Amino acid sequence: METVTITMKNPPALYLEADNVSPDAFAGKTEAQIAELSVHEGNTTTTLGKYFEVSGNAGATAADTKIIVKGDVKKVKYLGFKMSAGELVIEGSTDLYVGAWMTGGKLLAKGNVEGFAATAMKGGELIIEGNAGNYLGAAYRGDWRGMSGGKILVKGNAGSDVGMYMTGGEMVINGNVDVHLMTHAEGGKTIVKGNASSKVGGQMVDGTIYIFGSIDTMMPGFKPKGEVELEVDGVKATFAHYIGDMGERHKKRKGAIVYANLYKKI
Amino acid sequence: MSEYIIKNGHVFDPVQGIKGDKKDIAIKDGKIVDKVGSGAKVIDASGKTVMAGAVEIHAHIAGPKVNLGRIYRPEDKLFSCTPTKGMERMGGGASIPTTFKTGYEYAKMGYTTAMEAAMPPMFSRHVHEEIRDTPIIDEGAFPVFGNNWFVLEYLKNHEIENTAAYIAWMLRVTKGYAVKVVNPGGTEAWAWGLNCLSVNDPVPYFDITPAEIVKGLIEANEYLGLPHSMHIHPNNLGNPGCYQTTLDTLALAKGMKANNKFGRETVMHLTHSQFHSYKGTNWGDFESGAKEITDYVNQNKNITIDTGNVTLDETTTMTADGPFEHHLTGLNNLKWANCDVELETAAGVVPYIYSPNISVCAIQWAIGMEIPLMMKDPMRCYITTDHPNAGPFTRYPRVIKWLMSKKARDTQINAFKHKDKVLSQTSIGSIDKELSLYELAQMTRAGPARTLGLANMCGGLKPGMDADVAVYNFNPDKPVANPDDIETAFSRCAYTFKSGVEVVRNGEIVNNGHKRTLWVNVKVNDNPQVMRDINEKFIKYYSMTQNNYEALGHHFVPNPYALEVDATHV
Repeated sequence: METVTITMKNPPALYLEADNVSPDAFAGKTEAQIAELSVHEGNTTTTLGKYFEVSGNAGATAADTKIIVKGDVKKVKYLGFKMSAGELVIEGSTDLYVGAWMTGGKLLAKGNVEGFAATAMKGGELIIEGNAGNYLGAAYRGDWRGMSGGKILVKGNAGSDVGMYMTGGEMVINGNVDVHLMTHAEGGKTIVKGNASSKVGGQMVDGTIYIFGSIDTMMPGFKPKGEVELEVDGVKATFAHYIGDMGERHKKRKGAIVYANLYKKI
Repeated sequence: MSEYIIKNGHVFDPVQGIKGDKKDIAIKDGKIVDKVGSGAKVIDASGKTVMAGAVEIHAHIAGPKVNLGRIYRPEDKLFSCTPTKGMERMGGGASIPTTFKTGYEYAKMGYTTAMEAAMPPMFSRHVHEEIRDTPIIDEGAFPVFGNNWFVLEYLKNHEIENTAAYIAWMLRVTKGYAVKVVNPGGTEAWAWGLNCLSVNDPVPYFDITPAEIVKGLIEANEYLGLPHSMHIHPNNLGNPGCYQTTLDTLALAKGMKANNKFGRETVMHLTHSQFHSYKGTNWGDFESGAKEITDYVNQNKNITIDTGNVTLDETTTMTADGPFEHHLTGLNNLKWANCDVELETAAGVVPYIYSPNISVCAIQWAIGMEIPLMMKDPMRCYITTDHPNAGPFTRYPRVIKWLMSKKARDTQINAFKHKDKVLSQTSIGSIDKELSLYELAQMTRAGPARTLGLANMCGGLKPGMDADVAVYNFNPDKPVANPDDIETAFSRCAYTFKSGVEVVRNGEIVNNGHKRTLWVNVKVNDNPQVMRDINEKFIKYYSMTQNNYEALGHHFVPNPYALEVDATHV
């Protein structure tokens, strides 16, 4: 695997949309060619090389390419946009849409990321060592197709509307989450090791939520079904089991009515 | 204005019966002429196909429900935006493009005239503002009448003269083009939580049936002598077994004769017939009724249809058939928007994905193919996608590819997940017919122009007609190596001329043209009763005054073209 390091040298005045920083866009390109890839600052289209120092050539394919992003990229959006293979490491904190529409590969963000990370993610692995913003693994604005595959691990906290319209895949959040966890979800699994705020699983028709800490206020649409012993992410414990959202339509699978499941650790 | 001569192209013009002969087309002062001077700019069309600009008879491209779709589907613009480029302003949207993108895309495909198929009269100002902002193409808009309180009250007593006077007033204040009917009576019933699924279901409160509404509106249409026939989306759209309701609706035109000075010979236009040609009793035994519908239309020469081809895309359905959209959101569980328009109509919007992996969608695709291939008279069947309901209009080149190539259809059929079901529930597998370029010109130019009453103006290349010309990179002398070449050729014109202005060159917009708003100005005898009824309804029921109702003046209709109709003699 070849490694390309891009280091922020001339921070943009406006927010920078760097939708070409991905192993897919870099694959098969030399250092000079990578520096010529387009980025957008406001309504101006310029080159990656205007802001970043590029060192190293990419591998022949995305799978053979690793990118390391260094320097202050707090005003850079879309890192890892649509990546399908390879690796991307972001050493600092960054802005919106990290790993959005990603379908494969491994993306490691060592700092915090802002909202809409892993929007409509289909596959691959996203690890966020800091905190995640709002709409992690959610659908794009207006869309009904959120995260459908892959894995997300957040070592810190996550914001609101995590997993909105999620249909598949798995998310683990070691810290707390804000309101509206897995709203409208139709599949997938979210494990929250910390606390959840209110409106957990609102209008959810399928999928599973595990909460290890507290829930501020339970949704009235979730119905208690007793207690169960479960092993979740290596932890054995007793969980209170709820099904819901009773106010929503209910799908049928093999003749049985499908509900979303919510497990809260006791 | 410049003179042009388009030399050595293979010309297809049903108006003059030209079937691919090499012929020069001369343009002067915005019109097709016999000859031009030696200074005329020469366009080399050798090895290319030359047709008149195409005419869109039914699309939802302007107005409040289109805009509602744009507003509540930001995801439709997600990866479909194009930045400013040359003459073009930025555009976006896949199934519900922005106004500018709409104009550019039509022109690039060789379309020069398009009709907005459902204008809510109360929002005609909005419709005209969007039409104004859609460059290049001439546009008209059809106000909807099939659920209008005035119409229901007049036709309950069979008052044709009053209905006609009301239609004339409405066309004038809304700058409308034709009489459109959507789910007659059913959309009004929807305001009561009900629907009319057959032509004999009574409309609540008004106590009139869809059959009486349809017959009355045809009579009023011919009483006035409007350019276009009554244009109908019948009851019971999109349900298995609906073909019977469609046949019942078509039978209402029996014995009716066209009366107009525009050369139109028909009295009823059945739109998006694909959605109305379903047999079966549920989605499991769902099958094609294309044969029954086309047999009837083939025999009854006072009816025209358009296809409503499913293009197998993700799209946005929108119709003034409010109850149908509510039914649809229950089927696919996607977001639903609904709007009631006071005394006049309603509308609903729901996104829809026509997936090739779902048998119903694949059968709908096949029915859309069967209808134009089974129609014996291409002058009475027009290609549409009921944009954006069965698919975006930008897919016309693909629909043309499927219709012109059995090989392309077979490729698609083989790609369906439920291929066997498509072949057992439709007859598409046994149809070998491939549309010729001449038939294509009939179905997309001469035919729709004649039915719209525009036969003297567009849809042909006869000297004296508007110089709307499309030149395609398609050589009819050469065998088609790959059917995809057809799609490529019809996607981007080598040249498009609109009213003698070169608007597209090599698939790029080079001029924004001088688009016009087509509307119909009907003179009728004074009718104090209808004027009193209008005043009274505005005072009693409308939430706006008449002063705020009319689409008038340069802001709304900056470049009007009125078709004059004198109905005072009757």
